[in-house]
Amino acid sequence: MEMQQIKFYQTATFTVGNRLLGEHERSVQANMRRTNSLNSGHRACQGCGEALGARYAIDAAMRASNSQLAAVNATGCLEVFSTPYPETSWQIPWIHSLFGNAAAVASGVAAAMRVKGREDVRVIAQGGDGGTTDIGFGCLSGMFERNDDVLYICYDNEAYMNTGVQRSSATPPAARTATTAAVGPAPGNVFGTGKNVPLIAMAHNIPYVATASVANLRDLEFKVTRAMGVRGARYIHIHVPCPLGWGSAPEDTIKVARLAVESGLFPLFEAEHGEIVNSTKIRRKVPVDGYLELQKRFAHLFSKPRDSARIALIQAMADHNIKRFGLLP
Amino acid sequence: MFQIRIHGRGGQGVVSGAEMMSVAAFIEGRHAQAFPSFGSERMGAPVMAFCRIDDKEIRLREPVLEPDALIIQDPTLLHQVDLFKGLRSTGYVLINSARGFDELGLNEFALGFRPSHLFTIAATELALKHVGRPVPNVPLLAGFAAITRQVALDSVLAAIREKFPAPIAEKNVAAAKEAFALATRPEISHA
Amino acid sequence: MLKQTEGSHAVAEGIALCRPEVICAYPITPQTHIVEGLGEMVKTGELANCEFVNVESEFAAMSVAIGASAAGARTYTATASQGLLFMAEAVYNASGLGLPIVMTIGNRAIGAPINIWNDHSDSMSMRDAGWIQLYAETNQEALDLHIQAFRLAEELSCPVMVCVDGFILTHAYDRVDVPSQEEVDRYLPPFQPRQVLDPSHPVSIGAMVGPEAFTEVRYLAHHKQLRALALIPQLSEQFRTQFGRASGGLLRTYRTEDADTIVVALGSVNGTIQDVVDEMRTEGNFIGSVSICSFRPFPLVALREAIKHAKRVVVLEKSFAVGLGGILSDGVRNSLSGVVLNGYTVIAGLGGRAITRTSLRQLFEDAARDELEQVTFLDLNADLVAHELAREAQARTTGPTAEALLRRLGIVASQIT
Repeated sequence: MEMQQIKFYQTATFTVGNRLLGEHERSVQANMRRTNSLNSGHRACQGCGEALGARYAIDAAMRASNSQLAAVNATGCLEVFSTPYPETSWQIPWIHSLFGNAAAVASGVAAAMRVKGREDVRVIAQGGDGGTTDIGFGCLSGMFERNDDVLYICYDNEAYMNTGVQRSSATPPAARTATTAAVGPAPGNVFGTGKNVPLIAMAHNIPYVATASVANLRDLEFKVTRAMGVRGARYIHIHVPCPLGWGSAPEDTIKVARLAVESGLFPLFEAEHGEIVNSTKIRRKVPVDGYLELQKRFAHLFSKPRDSARIALIQAMADHNIKRFGLLP
Repeated sequence: MFQIRIHGRGGQGVVSGAEMMSVAAFIEGRHAQAFPSFGSERMGAPVMAFCRIDDKEIRLREPVLEPDALIIQDPTLLHQVDLFKGLRSTGYVLINSARGFDELGLNEFALGFRPSHLFTIAATELALKHVGRPVPNVPLLAGFAAITRQVALDSVLAAIREKFPAPIAEKNVAAAKEAFALATRPEISHA
Repeated sequence: MLKQTEGSHAVAEGIALCRPEVICAYPITPQTHIVEGLGEMVKTGELANCEFVNVESEFAAMSVAIGASAAGARTYTATASQGLLFMAEAVYNASGLGLPIVMTIGNRAIGAPINIWNDHSDSMSMRDAGWIQLYAETNQEALDLHIQAFRLAEELSCPVMVCVDGFILTHAYDRVDVPSQEEVDRYLPPFQPRQVLDPSHPVSIGAMVGPEAFTEVRYLAHHKQLRALALIPQLSEQFRTQFGRASGGLLRTYRTEDADTIVVALGSVNGTIQDVVDEMRTEGNFIGSVSICSFRPFPLVALREAIKHAKRVVVLEKSFAVGLGGILSDGVRNSLSGVVLNGYTVIAGLGGRAITRTSLRQLFEDAARDELEQVTFLDLNADLVAHELAREAQARTTGPTAEALLRRLGIVASQIT
């Protein structure tokens, strides 16, 4: 057997791969036999956080379910860029119905699998923030309430991106979108609005709720795998930067996502039956400025004069998260 | 075809009364149709139900506008609603009341009809006595059977047993039997 | 087996015999009893191998049905009126995806004003959604049509709506013959989907289609319904042979062979019409009627054959196209292309107003003398209308119209019709 020199620096990074770990601890993406459920050739933008997140999430789910998986997709970027007629980049059974019904359609698929004695086939419903927090909210709550055996994954890029960057209930305060222009006395999205769907999911007391980010892909895979090990209604909310909609550089996607986590604006945690059981501590807290400055959708906060008041309000939101979720050791 | 119209208020079993009547006719091998007419869906609102009995298929779908028999489950409707509209002069009227037509202020009305076709029967009291609930539909159904002979008592009892679970069914059967007996007594309380 | 039972219950028993695998529905008057009946059967185990899903809205109901059907399960749901509109997007989606879902519509008027009683405005609102639409004349036919509907839907991969008049049929106790499980199994084989979500043969369903192929996809949907024109009579004939009674088909004629006046209608009102036809025939009138069962696809050729010899056609419909006239009338007019006869639209029974023999008798007599308007609203209270128009002409802020009409009409609880 060929002996390999151990290079210690490999074990201390967040890079995928890691040949020093056992098979099942290695990332799914590092595996030559990964299923590539979302195959190359799709039409996502350069640096698309959603494509990255979906690829990791679905392949992890495929490994966890022994490749017995069906996916239901809401209308949105993911659906559009992955199925440009007559091609599809999905290598799994996949259905797109409507914008607001992914959770309900998935409930239907799960019911069919149950009645046919094929409960080994697992069901994933997925959509963007628009299809989840707004128009899909009713169906989502219904699926949660019935505890249907569906894992719902929300790829949150904080606006209706596919239709041209309109505000959703996931759009953060002060963000510029096509329907919350950065003009007037209160530029960008209004403070004091918005929905926290992970907390709402927890309020349904479902077996598993988690937030994840493309900043930490190993953690994302781990959480999906964990979710697949449970039956019943499960929800994972993934923060996915959109270079086009956020006005960030395509090569900065992971960096921007990391800054959201490290500032406290996007807390990473897991909850079971309504109680938080785990949160990821911030290694090195950063002020929100670093995160905001990389995105043109917040540029109006930094034009002369600097909008200190609003930036302070955003900082307060981050600090509140840190306190609430115990993000600092 | 024999057409019956039942008047009452929501909660008095008007609709199930019509349904049981149709089941009784069905048991005898006849065709029957029973359907409700609701106002708003709430307790206490005036409710009507209709039943048609015939020896051939019933195709007609309009409400019973010219009843051959009227059953009035709630006398408080008497001077509020035009209950007798369309009633044929040979028609039967059965009113749920311990009082007679006279006391109910219907003497003048009764003049246009055959006295032997007009009856009152204390159905609520009978129901309370046997079943413990003031739902008069079953005694009235038995009274109807006695007076019009459109269905036999046995068919009514069979319909009751089909509708209710065993212990309650037997109590209703007792109420029905007493009502039937009362309605066939020669000196009955009719106008 | 003969039973005297409520229409909804008869339908529920019929559905249960079809071995549905997923049933999902949201309550709405007047279909509720159907789904309650089925729910109970599932809970007791009488209806085995069936998942009953309590959904949070009609939109969710059709969506769950879409998922279940796409995953290969025989799927059923039911709704009416507002509920049908609430699931409208999903209704189009189901037919666009070619999923053989069967749905009962307990025909009920659409508000505002809110109204729980029967007319055809709900199913008419979805007439062009690509679903096959069948109308039941009796409770027996309502039961039978669901059995035929699953067969039809699955053979064509096209969803089917079975329309049953709310209250008039759904809540009426009638004699029905409920077939045995063996009889239904012989007629309706297990569901074999054309497309299915299956990990061993993954497919992507529901892609976006642009101008390059959209027309073709839509044409194929139309073609499917045209094939249904042949399949519906076939299945009805097979049903007749196997179950021993006439049921379904494209349309049925009643004493039309030598009729000068022919009345065309959908659903339960045909029973009343036939009684009036018989009455008028005994007095020497040459009158007949056609009961259309398949509204979509519309039986243009069959209808033309049935009515072209008449002098006049009276279309009696429980629906109307606001600002235009009749909806059923449109289809009838289309079938008569090139034929010259007098056509009359009569809009009747809206919001549950009773259609009486007396009114119909008068109407048909007027028609026979060609003394009818092009479009008539049967039993319209002209005084009430005139009064309201005058009231509105006098001032600007006249308040809600419906409430004003009701106030003028007085206590309605005391009215028989």
